[in-house]
Amino acid sequence: MKLFGKYLLILFKSQMQYRTSFWLMSFGQFFIPFSVFAGLYFMFERFGQIKGWDFYEVALCFGVIHMAFSISECLGRGFDMFSTLVSNGDFDRLLVRPRGTVLQVLGSKFEFTRIGRLLQSLLVLGWAVYGIDVDWTFAKAITLLFMVVSGVFIFTGIFMLVAAMCFWTIQGLEIANIFTDGGREMAQYPLNIYQKWVVRFFTYVIPFGCVNYLPLLYILGKTDGSPLLHMLTPLAGCLFLVPCVLVWRFGVRHYRSTGS
Amino acid sequence: MRAYLSVFRLRLSMGLQYRTAALAGIATQFFWGFLILMVFVAFYSQSSIDSPISLPQIADYIWLQQAFLALIVLWFRDNELFQLITGGNIAYELCRPSELYGFWYAKLLAQRLSGALLRCFPILLVAAFLPEPYRLNLPATFEAAILSFVALLFGLLILVSISMLIYISTFVTMSPAGSLLLFAVLGEFLAGMIIPIPLMPSWMRSIVYALPFRFTSDFPFRIYSGHIPVNEALKLLPLQLAWLAALVAVGKYTMSKALRRVVVQGG
Repeated sequence: MKLFGKYLLILFKSQMQYRTSFWLMSFGQFFIPFSVFAGLYFMFERFGQIKGWDFYEVALCFGVIHMAFSISECLGRGFDMFSTLVSNGDFDRLLVRPRGTVLQVLGSKFEFTRIGRLLQSLLVLGWAVYGIDVDWTFAKAITLLFMVVSGVFIFTGIFMLVAAMCFWTIQGLEIANIFTDGGREMAQYPLNIYQKWVVRFFTYVIPFGCVNYLPLLYILGKTDGSPLLHMLTPLAGCLFLVPCVLVWRFGVRHYRSTGS
Repeated sequence: MRAYLSVFRLRLSMGLQYRTAALAGIATQFFWGFLILMVFVAFYSQSSIDSPISLPQIADYIWLQQAFLALIVLWFRDNELFQLITGGNIAYELCRPSELYGFWYAKLLAQRLSGALLRCFPILLVAAFLPEPYRLNLPATFEAAILSFVALLFGLLILVSISMLIYISTFVTMSPAGSLLLFAVLGEFLAGMIIPIPLMPSWMRSIVYALPFRFTSDFPFRIYSGHIPVNEALKLLPLQLAWLAALVAVGKYTMSKALRRVVVQGG
């Protein structure tokens, strides 16, 4: 953990060397989800609701997912860029060091410019929390926090899986975007607006349902049954990381070096 | 002109080499189209409010966007050109006995066309056989089909001239990332790629209609689905051409200005 902190500090310093570029990128990152959110706002202005969900409810969902995505993109950038590490053979160097590979890849890169995106999602979340028709209790606030944390775990897990695929394919694959970017775009609406098979896939295979749907029901007071169960579903989402780490380990064992 | 044509042909065949990448791209775009449409279907399923564009028309709009993505997005970039400018190899380009604007224009045009040629047919074909709310419908009329094709081609020319402006701006800023990102995000929104333009509130629409971005994708796709009737489209076509002429003129002018003061980077 101390090592992780050191990695963080060094990379932050190195990115701050290009200050103007850093601010410009952060600024741009702020606007990407902003335009998507503007689109969402316009849609609600016209239609009023989507399958019984009103604007603030969806905005809450949007804020949670985008916040989770930006945090995990910032931290998990090393996995996102992993294909270059494999294809030019630099992964060999990581293997000879006396630390775990997960930690080292995680520490190989951070994308601090995602702060723009984080800020934007924070604003949306704040607005949603302010505008939504919910009497906030401590338990509900905790659940909200769990949702974000669980989202970070799931996205990081997906980044990891995609990176583990590089052990076999060497190249990065564009199709992997379906699970990262696609997962994000999809999860920004409550899950039940989609077709059945999509909902099933994203509840049982990749547990986004544990992040944005079941706990959301609890926060909005739409549940019947034990509230505790709904509160704890985000934690179940965190378990998604376990198989991802296992696949990663499996991949590392099968790794064959490329390059000279 | 012949020189530009051969640059164009060379780039086209180069782009057609990457077939696996195209296949992966098709799958990804297919998934995207489906995802976006599902949201629209959900929005449309409950409201009794009559909306300015019907669901089948939205389906056409989305699928055509996905199929011709390479022709209509701004973030498609040629890193080679950026490196030429920031790395100093621009000096070689200047030695060529052809004018730089036309040369790069042909290059970019061919890249986009080769990307689209590989990808559009499978997507269009599969989308045409999907079940009802998701299906890509046939064009409204025969004239609409022809006209939307023409409009798409002119739209492509407009798009390339806009992206030429981004490249030219790199002469000044030396860092492509920032300006590209802002241009791409704004342009995408203004071209109706986030939500279709008819669904925007009226104040936003008046901004969008005053800018050229909508002519790249919104205009041809709405002609296709019959949302913009043929006689109205014929009235708008000259405006599209005027934008194209204006953008090319501005691009040529700024490029010649930038080249006069160009600093060859690197040693």
